[in-house]
Amino acid sequence: MTSSIHAMRPGDVATIVAIDRDGCDPVTARQLHEMGFDEGVDIELLHRAPFGGDPMALRVGNMVVGLRKALAAMIVVEPARAAAE
Amino acid sequence: MNAPLLAPVVALVGNPNAGKTSLFNALTGSRQKVGNYPGVTVERKAGRLALPDGRSVELVDLPGTYSLSPRSPDEAVTRDVVMGSAVGERRPDAIVAVVDATNLRNHLRFVLELRRLGLPMLVALNMADLAERDGTEIDVAQLATILGMPVVPTVAVRKRGLDTLAAALAPLLLGQTPPPAEGIADITQLQREARVIASTVIVQRGMTKRWTQRLDGIALHPVIGPLLLAALIFVMFQGVFTLAEAPMAWLADGVTWLQAAATKALPDGALRSLLVDGVLGGVGAVVVFLPQILILFFFILVLEQSGYMTRAAFLMDRLMARVGLNGRAFIPLISSFACAIPGIMATRTIAEPRDRLTTILIAPLMTCSARLPVYAIVIAAFIPNRSVAGVLGLQGLVLFGLYVVGVLGALLAAFALRHTVTKGPTPTFLMEMPKYQWPEPRDIGIGLYQRAKAFLGRAGSIILISTVALWALATWPKPPAGYAGTSLEYSVAGRIGTALEPVFRPIGFNREIALALVPGMAAREVAVSALATVYSLQGTDKEHTQPLVERLRTSWSLPTALAFLAWYVFAPQCISTLAVTRRETGGWAWPAFMFAYLFAMAYVAAGVTYWAAKLL
Repeated sequence: MTSSIHAMRPGDVATIVAIDRDGCDPVTARQLHEMGFDEGVDIELLHRAPFGGDPMALRVGNMVVGLRKALAAMIVVEPARAAAE
Repeated sequence: MNAPLLAPVVALVGNPNAGKTSLFNALTGSRQKVGNYPGVTVERKAGRLALPDGRSVELVDLPGTYSLSPRSPDEAVTRDVVMGSAVGERRPDAIVAVVDATNLRNHLRFVLELRRLGLPMLVALNMADLAERDGTEIDVAQLATILGMPVVPTVAVRKRGLDTLAAALAPLLLGQTPPPAEGIADITQLQREARVIASTVIVQRGMTKRWTQRLDGIALHPVIGPLLLAALIFVMFQGVFTLAEAPMAWLADGVTWLQAAATKALPDGALRSLLVDGVLGGVGAVVVFLPQILILFFFILVLEQSGYMTRAAFLMDRLMARVGLNGRAFIPLISSFACAIPGIMATRTIAEPRDRLTTILIAPLMTCSARLPVYAIVIAAFIPNRSVAGVLGLQGLVLFGLYVVGVLGALLAAFALRHTVTKGPTPTFLMEMPKYQWPEPRDIGIGLYQRAKAFLGRAGSIILISTVALWALATWPKPPAGYAGTSLEYSVAGRIGTALEPVFRPIGFNREIALALVPGMAAREVAVSALATVYSLQGTDKEHTQPLVERLRTSWSLPTALAFLAWYVFAPQCISTLAVTRRETGGWAWPAFMFAYLFAMAYVAAGVTYWAAKLL
């Protein structure tokens, strides 16, 4: 059961199942990896910016990364569990 | 291998936010040499580090980067230096990879990439105390075995682990020829290898909710977040005015005292005039603003080092996207409030060229600290010092308003530029948001010391020279006996002012202003010293001792003063900014464009202000 980061709410945790590397340019795809995004990594949606929720802040491993919706759409996730706390 | 004649070079390399600069400051103290890499304006920081065996090494702090595939010019410097392909720069003899212990998984990937270079290397496991606090225990010995290099836990801000680091560095610098570098590895592969290593060496992880997340709950809150940002910026500018008041008065008193002493000690003549009106009057008028500039830099350094600046970028991204920019551009723009030059240099972290160019072009619209002296003197002369609604000072409020107008002008300009000359695809926003940290007093202190040195260096060189040049132009030729006007009118400067006056008369500027704008091209704050020199020279004996504020009050009308302020919101007058723009854009075309569009904006804004104020 996969979905996009769009559907996540703050506090939700999910596992990355795929990154649409063809959907963005190679530099951006590489940048996503530099920020720790990869298949099998857990992410948590932490915050959404005011005025439309774009950009959003995600926890990737131990790092907090801010990115725009359009870029987040390249990442396919599988909801892991609702946040316990 | 020949015996090395020069001290070995050791490079500090690491991700941004790994605490690299803190570690550098802790290792080298204030014995740093700050310069530029040849050909580029990336700041080169080097310092001496003594090893326990008595040798000393040159420690170089390279720009932070996430990998050796650079996305921006400053990351390219790091790659070129460690690869040995940087022009005029020795390849390091060893690398200290600075790693954030609380973010081992991601930072290890870069360590693995660096390891493939084949250079002698060790890992500084920095912020070891924060990892402990988070409940993360790292098996350091095992990590060292797996990586095949020494791993030293450090806490840069507490100066912990520094001796161990120096001791571990010594055996790496024995002059052996490093094995050849391996090829570039696939990033995904390194990333996965790093994850495996991290999960092996991280012994136990607690589930303490981190401070950063709690603070972000406030700082990034949809309602509280933007209000907090606005409040912080407002407090910053109120602080610049109120906190600086006393030290500025002391400096001004000091300058006046020196002027009086010089007047008494020297016989009346050209030398006394040069010293009192030219040097002390001109340079003194600028040096007085040192406290304000340092206070502004203090706020900016604190915001940067605490990690808040990236939150500001996050909050601003939406607005920046509207005008075709990126939240990341917010950081160079905030730096431009201190000075457009470091701001323009900071755009090197922006990867997309058109995005970067737009940010460079609008950076001078952020009110830099060099404009503070100009604003401050006009505000002090024309805006009554009373409070509004009981708590807010009217003068501070006007100052804040000028900053806001500058920002709005910048957004407008960005929007127009992105739709015309820098048209292109919308850039994206992807940025690490580092954990919050207490700003380290030592790092702030070193940062302020370097800023003060740069400012006084400017005051002692470019400002001194242009003030003295102006003094000379405003003094000679001396009018013949019986000349009806003042001696200033007869001088070269007076004639230049008279020639320029028709251009500026429609926007309410008098000849003295037109005259001050010319040396103001060298540096904006020179306009103040120029006005001081001009008015001081043309004055009678009684007026001679009057402070500049009084002189302005009696010789300018309110609409002229307001038009002058409006002019300086947009004025392109800073040769250094144009020079750095030429260097960063690789030609004169963009600085020429920048000058033209800013001049047009300044002229229109001053004109509109003047005529509107006259009608009211």
